[in-house]
Amino acid sequence: MRYLPKSESDREVMLREIGAKSIDDLFAAIPAEYRLKRDLNIPRAYAESEIVEFFRQRAAESAQGYATFLGAGAYSHYRPVVIDSLVSRGEFFTAYTPYQPEIAQGTLQSIFEFQTMICELTGMDVANASMYDGSTGAAEALMMAARVTGRHKSVVARSVHPEYREVITTYARHQGMPIATVGYLKNGRVDLEALDKAIDAETAGVLVQSPNFFGTIEDVAAIGEMVHKRGALLVVSIAEAVSLGIVKPPAEADIVSMEAQSFGVPLGFGGPYCGVIATRDKFVRQMPGRLVGQTRDRNGKRGFVLTLSTREQHIRREKATSNICTNQGLVALMCCIFMTVYGREGLKDLAKQNLSKAHYAASEFKKAGATLLFEGAPRFNEFVIQTKTDPYAINDKLLGERIIGGFPLKKLYPEMGNAALWCCTETTTKASIDAAAKEVAL
Amino acid sequence: MKWNEKIRKATTHISQNEVLIFERSSAGKQAYKLPPLDVPEVDPAKLLGEQVREDLGHMPEVSEIEIIRHFTRLSTWNYAVDHGMYPLGSCTMKYNARVNEYVARLMGLAEAHPYQPERISQGALLIQQMLRDQLLEITGMDAITLQPAAGAHGELTGILLVRAYLESQGNPREKILIPDSAHGTNPATAAMAGYSVENLKSNSAGMVDMASLEAQVNENVAALMLTNPNTLGVFEQEIHKIADVLHAKGALLYMDGANMNALVGKVRPGDFGADVMHLNLHKTFSTPHGGGGPGSGPVACKKILEPFLPIPVLVSKADGTVGYDYNRPQSIGRVRMFYGNFGMHVRALAYIMANGPDGLRQTTEDAVLNANYIRKGLEESYDLPYKTPTMHEVVFSDRLQTPKGIKTGDVAKRLIDYGFHPYTVSFPLIVPGAMMIEPTESESKASLDMFIEAMKDIAEEAEEHPEIIFEAPYNTRVSRLDETAAARKPTLRWKPQSEAAGK
Repeated sequence: MRYLPKSESDREVMLREIGAKSIDDLFAAIPAEYRLKRDLNIPRAYAESEIVEFFRQRAAESAQGYATFLGAGAYSHYRPVVIDSLVSRGEFFTAYTPYQPEIAQGTLQSIFEFQTMICELTGMDVANASMYDGSTGAAEALMMAARVTGRHKSVVARSVHPEYREVITTYARHQGMPIATVGYLKNGRVDLEALDKAIDAETAGVLVQSPNFFGTIEDVAAIGEMVHKRGALLVVSIAEAVSLGIVKPPAEADIVSMEAQSFGVPLGFGGPYCGVIATRDKFVRQMPGRLVGQTRDRNGKRGFVLTLSTREQHIRREKATSNICTNQGLVALMCCIFMTVYGREGLKDLAKQNLSKAHYAASEFKKAGATLLFEGAPRFNEFVIQTKTDPYAINDKLLGERIIGGFPLKKLYPEMGNAALWCCTETTTKASIDAAAKEVAL
Repeated sequence: MKWNEKIRKATTHISQNEVLIFERSSAGKQAYKLPPLDVPEVDPAKLLGEQVREDLGHMPEVSEIEIIRHFTRLSTWNYAVDHGMYPLGSCTMKYNARVNEYVARLMGLAEAHPYQPERISQGALLIQQMLRDQLLEITGMDAITLQPAAGAHGELTGILLVRAYLESQGNPREKILIPDSAHGTNPATAAMAGYSVENLKSNSAGMVDMASLEAQVNENVAALMLTNPNTLGVFEQEIHKIADVLHAKGALLYMDGANMNALVGKVRPGDFGADVMHLNLHKTFSTPHGGGGPGSGPVACKKILEPFLPIPVLVSKADGTVGYDYNRPQSIGRVRMFYGNFGMHVRALAYIMANGPDGLRQTTEDAVLNANYIRKGLEESYDLPYKTPTMHEVVFSDRLQTPKGIKTGDVAKRLIDYGFHPYTVSFPLIVPGAMMIEPTESESKASLDMFIEAMKDIAEEAEEHPEIIFEAPYNTRVSRLDETAAARKPTLRWKPQSEAAGK
């Protein structure tokens, strides 16, 4: 029991002090017939060396050292070493939610910096301390739009990440929030005519993603104008945060729901990631999630506290803006450090490399004979190509070369046939792009 | 008397000042270097047209050493489990083993893309399968989803399972019963799942009042959300009767597993009548709290609820591999993208492996022993509103201190000077002036003794020198912060002085 700081005699002394004959006395409140009278049927205790060996084996059974062209909501960016050095400090990762601000200024100030950087990048006035992820964040953003407008319907573009849309469906069903879906055009952008028809006087929020699931950058200004004319709010979801280094922020949005995984968070088989909601000052009281604010102590010294908590479940209970309590604090810290490392110039350079690699790959694939879909609108680091061969067959071949190919779309968008979504980041090499180009040609 | 006369655990030491990172920034400094581009460089303006971004505003420009010092200095302003006892009630602030962090960062696990083919993800899937099986054994339930990202997310998932099941029976019903001692997430969750909330009062022993329960349960009640042990640290002794009363009317028992650290290896919710429950891997199973998250809130349930589990569901496939099943026609749908907070699944499994059956049982016993030891040590100095047996946490009140004007929040601030993180203040709501103390198993007898001594000293101070307590804490970088001002005129982001002044 290497985690337990007691000897048998400590336990005996303590029991005596309490006035209990044995430890069983302390469990007497549990009716005898329900007490477990056997050992749990789980493996014996492992030594640390055995635990490490066990997980090394599991890691070896998962792809290691593959080049990947997968994006689709989870992006493979380089993670500067200082991120793990700093978040591995016990003062950060073994602390609780900063409810006692005098001894949590480290967490509080870093969240305040995170909130500030998210505002700078998204063009919003205020950002929260994080949500679970981009999918639940998008659902909560639409519910927030309903509270702000007093309306109850939502419109969601079909070019929003399919798994985000599934989560939204789950959340909306019990909120009395009907969802209309709007398709995409040949250039990959949302169908504005269809959108115009889908919005009515009861529409609270319209959700688009930009860059969208196909990698296409939406014309947020045009969508915003249409949405605002009808008195609804525009929610823009951003799944690939690095795009903000080179793509205009969605300034026309009323709410931005972001997945910040790209900012230094490991792919980690899908989580933990870092959702975040940002919005305009005037909507802040309808926002879900924790917020850190600046204040002064009794001596006039600057300090930070959790604030506007009357929105939250521990105060408002069933009338709260959300049930969220635990968020993604430490992951937000990773993002904060990543944003600091790259900063004002680095994020731009990084985004530019992503743009260059994806542009090169799309051109090479096209040259090789694949069809590039959704031309005619700008993209960031993802693109869709259609091949003569089934994309799963292409990917099988690439796996032999230790390359994970693009994400086949036929299950989620049957109308697209042999299309697949490919992603290039700064980590993608010319060599692997050239190797993949040979396979997509067939 | 001097404010620091009696303090043994803590003393002041040099604490570095540090500005906001934006205030360290100046043009031209950088902490990054990208490798040379191996493909032709594009002109963003040409590719993106009017969508191109020119300027990143006030994003910082700093060097690497400044980043290291900045965040290291900030970290030293935090109190953490690694410093010492962190007795926040209902939060289970236990030791976060380093090996968990190590294995979660192994290449192959940390770098696995969620959409990479299942056949090259078998290691990750096997970890989830093993965790699933072991959590089922620990809870005594039949089926589980690892997807929910946190406790409250698990609550929502669990209540949606209840709703889907009742719908399949013909009527989803309208109400959820919630005891007055419950966490705030419970009522907020019920509302998100489209239910109205009805309050259920506790009896004088701090348990569910059976007469009220029987009177309130009817064909319109979908479920009771019950924390067990409840937030008073009291085991609901009539739990089986509670389940029976609900089941007789077709309602279900939802168990909030926040306090599962009192039960693991000793009793299983599946055996005492719970139909569905969530676990907090970041409490009971030692994954770190991280200053607010990430968590993980798996939801375990009985057979009758299994068809409704969120997609995708982990299954063993015909070829012997592990994978995900998306074809679940009765599912409540998806609650999160991908497969949950996998990194937390790795850590929780490592924790269970390190303990084994003996270790888990001893852990529970030590957690309960520690809480009872504190109860014994403090029951003469502080008011104990409920004398019912204590499990893993004990709730006192400030009733003996209020005549001197000292409230629970004041005692908490004073405890900071003594080198401890405070207990949970003013919760549960059914105890006015609550002091909710959960030591967890991670405290030695010596550290408990020191805590008891500190609390007793503060009780004495409250009698003899209450003025000392009003000004506490003294030992911190900042004194009590003005939370009212923060909320009245919120400053939620930094702005350069020129802009801030202009506003």
